[in-house]
Amino acid sequence: MSRQAIAYIALLALGLLAPFFIYPVLVMKVLCFALFACAFNLLLGYTGLLSFGHAAFFGTGAYVAGFAIKGWGFPPELGILVGTAASALLGWAFGSLAIRRTGIYFAMVTLALAQMVYFVFLQAPFTGGEDGLQGVPRGTLLGLISLSKDINLYYFVLAVFVFGFCLIHRTIHSPFGQILKAIRENEPRAISLGYDVAKYKLLAFVLSAGLAGLAGATKTLVFKFATLTDAHWHSSGEVVLMTILGGMGTVFGPVVGSTVIVSLQNELADKVGSLVTVILGSIFVICVLLFRRGIVGEISALYKRMIGA
Amino acid sequence: MTALFDIPIQALMGQLMLGLVNGSFYATLSLGLAVIFGMLNIINFAHGALYMMGAFLAWMGLEYLGIGYWPSLILVPLAVGLFGVLIERSMLRWLYKLDHLYGLLLTFGLALVIEGLFINGYGVSGQPYQIPAELTGGFNLGFMFLPYYRGWVIFASLLVCFGTWYGIEKTRLGAYLRAATENPKLTQAFGINVPLMVMLTYGFGAALAGFAGVLAAPAIQVSPLMGSHLIIIVFAVVVIGGMGSILGSILTGLGLGVVEGLTNLLYPAASATVVFVIMAIVLMVRPAGLFGKEK
Amino acid sequence: MKCKLLNVALAALLIPAATTAWAQSKPAAMKLSDNMIKIGVLTDMSGVYSDLGGQGAVTAVQMAIDDFKAQYKPKFAIEMVYADHQNKADVGSNKVREWYDTQGVDMVTDLLNSGVSLAVGKVTQEKKRIAIFVGSGSTRLTDQDCTPNTVHYAYDTYALANVAGKAIVKNGGDSWFFLTADYAFGHSLEKDTSDVVKANGGKVLGTVRHPLNASDFSSYLLQAQASKAKIIGLANAGGDTINSIKAASEFGITKNQQLAGLLMFITDIHALGLQTTQGMLLTSGFYWDKDDETRKFSKRFFDKTKRNPTMVQAGDYSAVTTYLKAVVAAGTDEAGAVMAKMKSTPINDFFAKNGKIRENGRMIHDMYLMQVKKPSESKYPWDYYDIKAVVSGEDAFQPLSASQCPLVKK
Repeated sequence: MSRQAIAYIALLALGLLAPFFIYPVLVMKVLCFALFACAFNLLLGYTGLLSFGHAAFFGTGAYVAGFAIKGWGFPPELGILVGTAASALLGWAFGSLAIRRTGIYFAMVTLALAQMVYFVFLQAPFTGGEDGLQGVPRGTLLGLISLSKDINLYYFVLAVFVFGFCLIHRTIHSPFGQILKAIRENEPRAISLGYDVAKYKLLAFVLSAGLAGLAGATKTLVFKFATLTDAHWHSSGEVVLMTILGGMGTVFGPVVGSTVIVSLQNELADKVGSLVTVILGSIFVICVLLFRRGIVGEISALYKRMIGA
Repeated sequence: MTALFDIPIQALMGQLMLGLVNGSFYATLSLGLAVIFGMLNIINFAHGALYMMGAFLAWMGLEYLGIGYWPSLILVPLAVGLFGVLIERSMLRWLYKLDHLYGLLLTFGLALVIEGLFINGYGVSGQPYQIPAELTGGFNLGFMFLPYYRGWVIFASLLVCFGTWYGIEKTRLGAYLRAATENPKLTQAFGINVPLMVMLTYGFGAALAGFAGVLAAPAIQVSPLMGSHLIIIVFAVVVIGGMGSILGSILTGLGLGVVEGLTNLLYPAASATVVFVIMAIVLMVRPAGLFGKEK
Repeated sequence: MKCKLLNVALAALLIPAATTAWAQSKPAAMKLSDNMIKIGVLTDMSGVYSDLGGQGAVTAVQMAIDDFKAQYKPKFAIEMVYADHQNKADVGSNKVREWYDTQGVDMVTDLLNSGVSLAVGKVTQEKKRIAIFVGSGSTRLTDQDCTPNTVHYAYDTYALANVAGKAIVKNGGDSWFFLTADYAFGHSLEKDTSDVVKANGGKVLGTVRHPLNASDFSSYLLQAQASKAKIIGLANAGGDTINSIKAASEFGITKNQQLAGLLMFITDIHALGLQTTQGMLLTSGFYWDKDDETRKFSKRFFDKTKRNPTMVQAGDYSAVTTYLKAVVAAGTDEAGAVMAKMKSTPINDFFAKNGKIRENGRMIHDMYLMQVKKPSESKYPWDYYDIKAVVSGEDAFQPLSASQCPLVKK
């Protein structure tokens, strides 16, 4: 077995054992955000597109899944699928618009479109407005396993995460992923090689949006709740921060980043109150100024240097 | 179309006036964004936070130091401008050689820090700022009631916007600025201190945001969240207008404010989203924006 | 490849996990033998409602705990934790879930903001603890969303509408336009008041909704002005009410139309001043200057906080005391037994007169119709209200027969 395989297995073992030592709801939250950040990283790290509106997809997944389960009485697995599909569809619509611009404009366009979604959720009759979509039942998985017990739900969430993670892993190592990287490195060159760049960007966008929706839908199950916070631009900013802090364009970066951020928020919220935002903002600034490769990026650079030396 | 004629003229004029007030804020802020973008190639995410800072400094000046509205209108933009200069010197300048996205990310982080500090100090509910005594009350124009202060906001921001436009398009300093925007290396070669101009430009953009903040303080609640509510709309305004022209961003800002006001009247539920819908349409028809030049 | 391996491993683990009874190892509720009662105060520490609950609520609960300890010398420890829900339902319910799961909190109170309370109610029922809503107003809490584990303590929107709303219509305010905070509380207050207005022969001309913690009310007020309604009903609270009243005077609206603050707290009157608020009619369940008992408590509260207590803060004190007495009487902190004790014991203290908790969780007690004094009538600081009428709990609150709560046996 390669060294990498050992790392994967060690991490999985960690994931399997975590709920016996840490409050399972917290670990589930970490997993949901880790998946969200991985989905986002597919776009930023591997395609070079900075979307500042990914909360729209996270929120859409959360609301649609919540409504499907609560309003239509769907079982949880189907509800999550519906939520994911809705996000992917929205991703297709927004992607088609946003990829007409690049760079900074792309970021602004996605941010503005996401804000529109936020207002729709604020006003639409099915979302409960500021109260949120409350009391979503966790239900029974495949009609067999009751998810109302935290521990059962935990393994389901872990499975969803592993599935999403593997899908992303597969994608970036496929020929499709290679073309995305080519676009990131040099777009005109990719065009001159005959690739329909817009199509590839859109596909990446849809995939990323769908997986962000999957993360949001899963979060709804964990907290029995979909709220405006999920769709707020602060969430968009948070996912950017998680990815950059962990290391964009690295496989594990977003997982590390989201673990750090979610645990920080959880630890600090009671101790420093609203200063959490200040701390997160400062981390952001420091990362951008000094550690643009992120935690995982810096460590692997260090490792390479040591091997080289 | 009968619905239009059922609307009392008073409500129509009232909403139009409010639209113009909001439009003046959009115009002043998007102008600042455009000026900064032109010179630094950075989208200043902290612009909303600087605007909020302007309002808060005015409030703090009155609360702690007894500095009234009129001196604040000069002093606060200077202070915010100075703060902008500090940001540029200490942080932004390290990013010019990198992808422009890093500038956006850095200023986003700064916005969080500034906003968080004020939330920590003052909570999220707003602080009241009295309308200056000279401007309390209003005209009763018969067909509508125009509070003096709202009228003043429109007047003052238009004055500043067109002053800026004149300064950039018609003066020598403006010519240097435009030259430095067009080709910094060549301009530097002609003996103009481009880094200094970059610094001053960012400071000036920040000062504009601070000015808008002081103007807004008596009209709305001085709250740490007031900037982040606004900045995203201003981003949409910038995308709609395109950042090619100064005049363009002023006109787009005002125009969208009015559109919002009218939407409030005709279909209030859509008033929060109308700007974003327009943005989507503009992107489909003219991706570079109404006044933008395709690169 | 690797991933396939992992998936297989995972699937193998999922099935046994489903059958393990991990959760059973956790105790369902703290027994009093653990010698600890933990009370959580969930409130708005920094937002629009922080003046009416906030730090003052924490102080009131701490006072209640200290007084209880001094008077009854219980053999168990009583602790308090508090948190800021930021007026976000998810923040609040996640916090309470964590309190129940990891901190052994037995009871949660204050609970400003109906949206937060609805969410907390669901978690409380699921985890079989107790929540006492003091700060929130929505009648949903004891109507379709009632639970066997929750009590709605100080007031609700039905009582607000039924006391002051009715009085305003009877005084000739027969056409209304609502300015409504766009969440559970505002909706509930608008609906209950509309019902009262219509039942008393008035008309509702329209409504406009604003977000919680709105920054600018001018455009909403222009819509209200265009409606030409005699009364602009403010179905909002706290900072939002204060700001709407200020904006209305800036736009000269108060010259032709009258504002009705449907939920006004004494801190709002204090912030706005009597000049602006004189003559307003409002509903309250508590006034610091009502009698010697209320003055005695308020004096102690004022010494700690430099403010007189609002209905919510006084209610927090009363609610915690009621709860602690019930724990002692029941001899356990098991939620069902404590709830049964609370529901079977009448409440009479400085806050609640002729109080009792109905089976749907509604605590009914005397409510008061207040009128704000003219500046010339106010003799000393915080001398703001005239008590115009005392309305008994049975008359002020929704009759049990109309409740949609499934706990009400019909």
